[in-house]
Amino acid sequence: MLNIIWITLMLFGIGYAFLTGHVSQLTSGLWDGAKAGVEVAIGLASVITFWLGIMKIAEAARLIQGLAKVLKPLARRLFPSVPVEHPAMGAIVANMSANLLGLGNAATPLGLRAMEELQKLNSVKDRASDAMCTLLALNTASLTVIPATMIGIRAEFHSKNPSEIVLPTLLATLIATTAAIVLDRYFRRRHADLTSDGQKGRY
Amino acid sequence: MAQISAWALPASLALVLLAALWRRVPLFEVFVEGAKDGFQTAINLIPNLVGMMVAVSVFRSSGALTMVTHMLSPVFHLIRFPPELLPIALLRPISGASSLALVTDLFRHHGPDSLLGLIASTMQGSTDTTLYVLTVYFGSVGIRNPRYAVKVGLLSDLVSVFASVFAVYLIIGK
Repeated sequence: MLNIIWITLMLFGIGYAFLTGHVSQLTSGLWDGAKAGVEVAIGLASVITFWLGIMKIAEAARLIQGLAKVLKPLARRLFPSVPVEHPAMGAIVANMSANLLGLGNAATPLGLRAMEELQKLNSVKDRASDAMCTLLALNTASLTVIPATMIGIRAEFHSKNPSEIVLPTLLATLIATTAAIVLDRYFRRRHADLTSDGQKGRY
Repeated sequence: MAQISAWALPASLALVLLAALWRRVPLFEVFVEGAKDGFQTAINLIPNLVGMMVAVSVFRSSGALTMVTHMLSPVFHLIRFPPELLPIALLRPISGASSLALVTDLFRHHGPDSLLGLIASTMQGSTDTTLYVLTVYFGSVGIRNPRYAVKVGLLSDLVSVFASVFAVYLIIGK
C-alpha cells in the first residue's frame, strides 16, 4: 500500500514537472524534502525522548493499574463475550487504561497480551472473534487525552500557542471513539446473523 | 477554554510526578530509561520521514499538488472541507510517519496556527494508524480473516477526519 503511494507521488511529480517545465524547482524541492525529513525527526527526538521518559514514570507509578479498576465495569459491557474472571479481561482493561493515559508504548504489549488471551477463547483460530474486533476498534480509534507529540511539533514550528489543539483533539477523539464503538456494535449484530458456525453461543 | 488547553499538559505532568513520588518510584533513573527508548524511536523515524518528505516535496514542487487541489476544491467547498487536508486524511490511517510528513509540510507553507494547521494537528493527533494496529494485533495471533474490523477502523477514521474539522471550527473558530 505504502509502496504504491510512494511511487505514485514520485513518478506523478516528476512527470508533471517534465510537462510543465518545473524541473529546477523539482530538483531543489527534492533536497528540501530530504532536509525537512531529518529536521522534523531531530525536532521530534527532543519531544519523544522527554515524553517517553515521563510515560515510563507514569507506568512505574502504577497509574495503569489504578485506572484499570475504574474501567472494569465499562469493559464488561463492551466485551460481553469475555468471562469476567478470564485473564483476557484483565489484559483488555490494562490496554484500555494505557491508551487512555496516552501510554502508547505500554498499550501495545498489553493489547497483544489481550489478543493472545482472546485467541484462547476463539473457536476459529484464523478468524477474528467478536471481542477481538471490539479490541481493534478501540485501539485504532485510540482515545487521546494529551496529544503530546503534536504539541511538541507545533512548538518546533514556532506556534504561538502549541497547546491550542488540546480541546479540539479531545472532542474529535471522543467523537471518533464513540463512532468506533457504535459501528463495532452494528457490524457485530449484522455479521452474527450471517454466520452460523458457532461463533455465537460459543462462550 | 483556552486555559484548559494550556494547562492540560503541565497539569498531567505534575499529576504523574506526584503519583510517582507517592509510590516511591526512583524518578530520574526511570525517566532516563524511558527516554532512551524515546530517542531510539525518533532516530528510527528518520529514514521513514526522509523518504516520505522527499515524495511529498517532489509532488508539491512540480506543481502537481496545486493542480490536484484546484481540481478537487469545488467538491470540497460544498462540504466545507479544506481540500489541502485531503492528502493527510487519506494517508493518516495508512502510515503515521507519512501523514506526519504531510502535516509538517503544511506547517511550513501555512504555519501551525493557521486554520489549516490547527485542523491538520487535530487530525494527526486524534487517532492512531489503523492499518498498523490491524497488522500488528491480528498478525501477532495469526488471524487471517479480520471480518468487519477493517471496515470499522476505516469508517471511524473517516468520522475522525470530519470530527477534527468540526471540533476546530467549534472550539477555536476563526
